[in-house]
Amino acid sequence: MFKYFPHTEEDLQEMLKVTGVSSVHDLFADVPEAARFKRDYNLPDALSETDLRLFFEQLTHPLNTQQLICFAGAGCYDHYAPSVVQNIIQRSEFLTSYTPYQAEISQGTLHYIFEYQSMVAELTGMDISNASMYDGATATAEAMMMAWGNAKKATRVLISETLDPKVRRVVNTYAHFHGVPLQLIPAKNGALDREALDKELAEGGVAGVIVQQPNYYGIMEDYTGIADAVHEQKGIFVVNANPSDLAILKTPGEWGADVAVGEGQSLGIPMTFGGPGVGFMACTEKLIRKMPGRIVGQTLDNRGQRAFVLTLQAREQHIRRQKATSNICSNQSLMALYVTIYLSLMGKEGLREVAEMSYANAHSLHDKLIATGKFKDTFPGQPFFNEFCLDYDGDLDALLDEATECGYLAGVKVGEKTLMLAVTEQRTPEEIEELCEILDKANH
Amino acid sequence: MNRTLYGKLIFELSKKGRKGYSLPQDYDRSHSTAELPEALRRKEAARLPECDELTVVRHYTNLSHNNFGVNDGFYPLGSCTMKYNPVINEEIAAMKAFAGLHPLQPAETCQGALEVYYNLQQSLAELAGLSEFTLNPCAGAHGELTGLMVIRAYHEAMGNEKIRNEENKEGEAPAASNSLNFTFSNSQRTKVLIPDSAHGTNPASAAVCGLEVVEVKSLADGTVDVEHLRQLLDELGDQVAAMMMTNPNTLGIFEPRVMEITEMVHKAGGLMYYDGANLNALLGECRPGDMGFDVMHINLHKTFSTPHGGGGPGSGPVGVRKGLEQFLPYPRVTRPTPDPSRQGGAELRIVTAPANERSEALPLTGERGEGLSVGSFFGNYGVMLKAYAYILSLGRENVKMVGPLATLNANYIKERLRDDYLLPIEGLCKHECVFDGLVDKSTGVTTMDVAKRLLDYGYHAPTIYFPLLFHESLMIEPTENESKETIDAFIDVMHKIAAEAKSDPELVKTAPHNTPIGRVDDVLAAKQPITTYWKALQE
Repeated sequence: MFKYFPHTEEDLQEMLKVTGVSSVHDLFADVPEAARFKRDYNLPDALSETDLRLFFEQLTHPLNTQQLICFAGAGCYDHYAPSVVQNIIQRSEFLTSYTPYQAEISQGTLHYIFEYQSMVAELTGMDISNASMYDGATATAEAMMMAWGNAKKATRVLISETLDPKVRRVVNTYAHFHGVPLQLIPAKNGALDREALDKELAEGGVAGVIVQQPNYYGIMEDYTGIADAVHEQKGIFVVNANPSDLAILKTPGEWGADVAVGEGQSLGIPMTFGGPGVGFMACTEKLIRKMPGRIVGQTLDNRGQRAFVLTLQAREQHIRRQKATSNICSNQSLMALYVTIYLSLMGKEGLREVAEMSYANAHSLHDKLIATGKFKDTFPGQPFFNEFCLDYDGDLDALLDEATECGYLAGVKVGEKTLMLAVTEQRTPEEIEELCEILDKANH
Repeated sequence: MNRTLYGKLIFELSKKGRKGYSLPQDYDRSHSTAELPEALRRKEAARLPECDELTVVRHYTNLSHNNFGVNDGFYPLGSCTMKYNPVINEEIAAMKAFAGLHPLQPAETCQGALEVYYNLQQSLAELAGLSEFTLNPCAGAHGELTGLMVIRAYHEAMGNEKIRNEENKEGEAPAASNSLNFTFSNSQRTKVLIPDSAHGTNPASAAVCGLEVVEVKSLADGTVDVEHLRQLLDELGDQVAAMMMTNPNTLGIFEPRVMEITEMVHKAGGLMYYDGANLNALLGECRPGDMGFDVMHINLHKTFSTPHGGGGPGSGPVGVRKGLEQFLPYPRVTRPTPDPSRQGGAELRIVTAPANERSEALPLTGERGEGLSVGSFFGNYGVMLKAYAYILSLGRENVKMVGPLATLNANYIKERLRDDYLLPIEGLCKHECVFDGLVDKSTGVTTMDVAKRLLDYGYHAPTIYFPLLFHESLMIEPTENESKETIDAFIDVMHKIAAEAKSDPELVKTAPHNTPIGRVDDVLAAKQPITTYWKALQE
């Protein structure tokens, strides 16, 4: 028998006897003949563990999957994570358990989710957080539906053009099918056009406004006054934030947001080709019963001990069915654990240092690239955090190809002439210097 | 598992001045965030814990000791397919070239990574009997929603096609077909049929997708009432978008009239959606595509052994029948038809959604639409690596034993427990079996009590009070990985609990006794929710 199947021939015979059939295939006698699958699957033969390892080693050979020094961001960032994070994640008690329905034997999971919720609430400056969601994009889409569901007489939800277009596409998809009219508020010099927004708000009927901070282009926008204007018409203000920067930046709560969402990948989670990451969602106390997703709460057990448990389940699909706040019936628990351990280690000072270094490194690269004379600011005068856009007059594709050949992922092309670069605390002064040289010397 | 509660919170271990990290100090400090205006900065530092490394390691290690996973013991949680999660798959997913890969790296520099994605798509299509898969959805419920979106997009396109044809007939300019103003009025198919025995996620996904749920009744044996379905199809006619089905159904029973059902729905112009929650039972014996299903999702975290991780990350690939591929979400990974004049296969490509150059929300479908998208990147790639490694380990010869062995284990349990536990439905079950509590109801011992008593004996509880068809549902799914010895020991304990229910019912009713905590006060938790440490401090 195969290594994951414990059945010996003797076991099979004894078990078949008890079940009253003569072969395991007879257990499918109730399947209509026309639905029976009779041939072999067109799949490869079984690989031994040695061959399996060789197979994947081949795929990760530099010729097949190149490891580039990463100056790309656009929603996925190469941050440092202490070795402890990956080690604890692998503990099978966490890794191989299910959703913590049986609180008595799941306090480990429930405990760290409670810690996660506390940390997310604190970072975002909101009252409460859920137990996490799939990713930043779907969390934003859920916030959009939350705003729509909360509104009584609204006609649309407004979304800023400076939100990551990949996230906007997901929000647009959900809105299309959920029947939510979405309206895009255009950008001006890389930031939300406040005049256009004010005009829309003046017309009324706005269920919610969704913005991003720092925005897709890395720019820190000034959202002063938006919350009040949205609240005046009983709408919801949604801020999509990068939690890693929130050690320093004004929090969604301080901007007056009702809901804070975003991607938590930058908090200790490896990039892994874009997933799994973790979406976070935090909101005001007032909205707690409208929030989608799992929530862990504190309570007591019958022995008088402090205990944690999944709570407010009356919002959820297994009880409410089609009337639930969302169809979500899980969280990205293990990814929330990455975040929790990461934040426990980095703590108050560490997260601030990471943000500080990323900011300093990005500005260092920016200044050096501008000094080459070959690049100019796409959005002059706009303050950025650790990601910025530059225009290049030559052949940008050829430039990026050359950087790739030298082992660098020199950012993400976001326009015909526009390159967006992200720098984290992981990039050394030498790497920043070398990338500048490559981009300066290239002749495209 | 440590049966004493550890119970501390990381915040309670924090002490000002401690740290658990080290960062390089050599960097260009010509800029600092001090140059940012006050208006952009947070007022007070976030109250994150301050701990040294060992404190953090011990804290989370101790927390893990209050948790129970598949590696700790038998986990017969019905409908959740708690398989063994092979260790080698973790090693592969952690390989540096994968873990450190940025999702926007050019396709020509990551063909190896794309090959895993592409091959997994192809393998799932073969296993499901369908044409093509997207791996983008992050979970089963996310897959359901995506699948229903695909179905709606199809109907919208068909609706527009119909309108176009009619307009053409009337001699109008075909330019109207490029209209950007598609709305739902172009497809009146907005109803989705769902058996009343279905999991709550089915109707919830339909609602999120803007569909109206119509319940199909079940017969006494839990299978679909085909006569009621026929009646509904007659009444609703061309309002039917789709029917969602789980097969084996939520009672673990194979729907005997499935072929008839799919044919009826197709005749009415609807599509058949297969909820892959219970797919494990069928591996080796039958394929959803062959039963007539058009769209389905698969839970890689169930059928393909990737760890549940305490609730996620999962992965919920969606497959479609030929003709529906164009409605799948972006980004996609495709292999262009190879050039016969060149050696070897063509390079894999990443296809992103058509650019949205207009600064307004565009419709999704049709020639000028921007296409569906359900996530920023490719979905949970790390999970896909583990699932593909699992498929390669099993290979063609072992994959086909998964369903039969899982089904054997479930039927064996069903036969051996039916003396003490009430079997509401006779006949073969598939990968799981459902009891309606104890046979002897006179003791007052409920399914909840039995489940809690199992925890004392070192087992995870089965799924309880689901399906909703019975009052005392107790749903047991053993998976193919469990040995006869493990199952026999579990059966002995189940019998022992049944005996305890008679001899000492209080013992069972007050269980668990031997766990880190006892039963919790759910009402207290929900009445005045304390969901953060900060709120707890205020109380």
